[in-house]
Amino acid sequence: MRVRAQMGMVMNLDKCIGCHTCSVTCKNVWTNRRGTEYIWFNNVETKPGRGYPRDYEDQERWQGGWKLNRRGKLQLRAGGRLRKLASIFWNPDLPTIDDYYEPWTYDYDHLISAPASDVQPAARPKSLVTGGDLDLQWGPNWDDDLAGSPRNAANDPNRRELEDKVKLEFEQAFMMYLPRICEHCVNPSCVASCPSGAMYKREEDGIVLVDQEACRSWRFCVSGCPYKKVYFNWNTGKAEKCNFCYPRVEAGLPTVCSETCVGRLRHLGIVLIDTDRVEAAASVPEEHDLLDAQLDLMLDPDDPEVREAARRDGIADDWIEAARRSPIYAMCKRWRIALPLHPEYRTLPMVWYVPPLSPVESMIEEGTEHADPDHLFAAVDEMRIPIEYLASFLAAGDPEPVRRSLTRMAAMRRFMRAADVDGRVDTAIATDVGMEPTEMEKMFRMVAIGDYDDRYVLPKRHGEVSPEAFAEQGSCGIDFSGKAETVVPLAAHATGEAGYEEGAVDPDFDLRDHLVRHRPNGDGRG
Amino acid sequence: MSQGDVLLYAVLPYAALAVFVVGHWWRYRRDQYGWGARSTQLLESRVLKYASTIFHFGVLAAIGGHVLGILIPRSWTAAVGVSDDAYHVIAVIGGLAAGGAVCVGFVLLVYRRLRFPRVRVTTTRADVITMGLLALGIVTGMLATIANFGDAVHYRESVAPYFRQLFVLDPQPELMTGGEVTFVFQLHVISAWLLFAWWPFSRLVHAWSIPVDYLRRSPIPYRSRYGRPRRRPEPATRIQAR
Repeated sequence: MRVRAQMGMVMNLDKCIGCHTCSVTCKNVWTNRRGTEYIWFNNVETKPGRGYPRDYEDQERWQGGWKLNRRGKLQLRAGGRLRKLASIFWNPDLPTIDDYYEPWTYDYDHLISAPASDVQPAARPKSLVTGGDLDLQWGPNWDDDLAGSPRNAANDPNRRELEDKVKLEFEQAFMMYLPRICEHCVNPSCVASCPSGAMYKREEDGIVLVDQEACRSWRFCVSGCPYKKVYFNWNTGKAEKCNFCYPRVEAGLPTVCSETCVGRLRHLGIVLIDTDRVEAAASVPEEHDLLDAQLDLMLDPDDPEVREAARRDGIADDWIEAARRSPIYAMCKRWRIALPLHPEYRTLPMVWYVPPLSPVESMIEEGTEHADPDHLFAAVDEMRIPIEYLASFLAAGDPEPVRRSLTRMAAMRRFMRAADVDGRVDTAIATDVGMEPTEMEKMFRMVAIGDYDDRYVLPKRHGEVSPEAFAEQGSCGIDFSGKAETVVPLAAHATGEAGYEEGAVDPDFDLRDHLVRHRPNGDGRG
Repeated sequence: MSQGDVLLYAVLPYAALAVFVVGHWWRYRRDQYGWGARSTQLLESRVLKYASTIFHFGVLAAIGGHVLGILIPRSWTAAVGVSDDAYHVIAVIGGLAAGGAVCVGFVLLVYRRLRFPRVRVTTTRADVITMGLLALGIVTGMLATIANFGDAVHYRESVAPYFRQLFVLDPQPELMTGGEVTFVFQLHVISAWLLFAWWPFSRLVHAWSIPVDYLRRSPIPYRSRYGRPRRRPEPATRIQAR
């Protein structure tokens, strides 16, 4: 057993209203630069729908993620390393910007500067890439809220095998929202696709990053990621992706998308992962077993053996404590209400989802006078959003995990309603869905109340172990070209106020000591 | 031998090679962020499929041909029983095939860059210079191959030894100016030196980043936030008097 901490996120889709606040705040922080206009580290898509980029879930076409080869061994779906190198001059699986959308603005100035005329002046769309006119055919969230559904939702890759179930007629239509960020997978196929080794997982928290200085523009990460969450900055020629707001997370703050979420539906925390068994877990033959295999990797932080192993592997005590309180562990493994997105890609994703229940709320709460578990299960099966559809992207097509999750969520409502409205603690409601009543109440606290401190359990980084901690102060974590220079301390061979010597280098120079003694307004005592 | 000849065939080569070496060292230290292929496949993929593939494989073949032609002396091929005529036929056919591919690929690439505004906007001034120097090298190289069907310029007795003498630090510019070496060959050689001098400042540096390490590294690299020496030197020394 080799223990590592891994950041994770759970989004409770039951609460998502599709307001796109997460996307907008994320964009303002990370991708408002030239070359990244079309890039949304966080996006919210309507399901059924084609997604962003268009039809990204169709791996027959894009060849993202992993598959098992004939000998049952895990390999990149797009082919092995030699094949990658052979196609390095032209990547056959790379989307073009039209699969996302060509970003644009409007010629607003024309509204003011147009000469007098019989007709109203119009602000024409102008491409943010070329500056030229644009004939808009597709854009961000073009199919939001089922817009143009005969053309768009009808092409949802998840719908193909369920055509009779997923109706698009008005009376039977349904929709839901799916906010997506990088999955920060335990077995990331983008990282394994990167020829130059610029992509990596962080040992401390499992966050997947691109080393901007080592990226050489080979672009296999973009096609290798089945979620299409690695993007190509066409201006710099480098790959960029969601970085889990690591400068914030390191300081114990939630990611920007989580912090600003209006529905407070995002949960953040760490889980302890047994990294020795990652390949085995991603290689289980049956796709339906991938969920349990990944849950099996998440170690129980209350187990003394696990805690001992974690300590041995250098995980600090406050991190182990955070793993104990982790909302991710609770929702994924203890209560089993959260499910991974497309586990069949075999990347062991770490952003999980609680499937949505809301459209059948009234149906489920009917007849709660006499709790009838059969009624509950039947109601879940008749939900407006078919279980099979949810299972097609949350459980590799297996309806059972989705059913378990939904009945537990529905039972929780019923259990708390009985307690709150009728003053009746009906333990049978909990035990019928396989949960302890106390756990059900804890789940209610997490899912329905969702206190800030329950939703985000983020241990701070241990910066004190960094040999460069002082030099790092003032740096912003990511340095983009031409922006945000790192602070270069005006250090010198200081033997007194006037003792700055041009070009002198002192082998015994101690930066920390120097900065403490010479800081502005300092008392000199450090 | 005029002073101009010495300048072109002895001073220029060494200056170009010096710039080549020092320039790469400087750029690698200072500009990791700008070092890469700067692919534009995201913006246009259909033409690039043919343009880039044909061009790059053509270039690899052409480089291979040049290495053979320059580094392998005539006596060696003769020793293994390859006659001058046979060598010439092979060289012309191989040269035409590789050069033809480079030409087709290059024309397609330039066409693509001009034709598609999205690709055009990513073009830097450095790219224009690179394309100009490449065009000069490709055109003179093709002309030299075509003009020499009759094997009138015995370049393996003049141009090739000229390079070999350069490499052993015994420059003999007269090998390039001695009668039979035509103007096209001379121009081709000069364009090569100019391209080498320009190389470190262009996107051509991606040629040195062919990711062979990919074949043997672990599939999922981990890096520690702290406490490990960095793979590359720091961009600029932080603690230094200024």
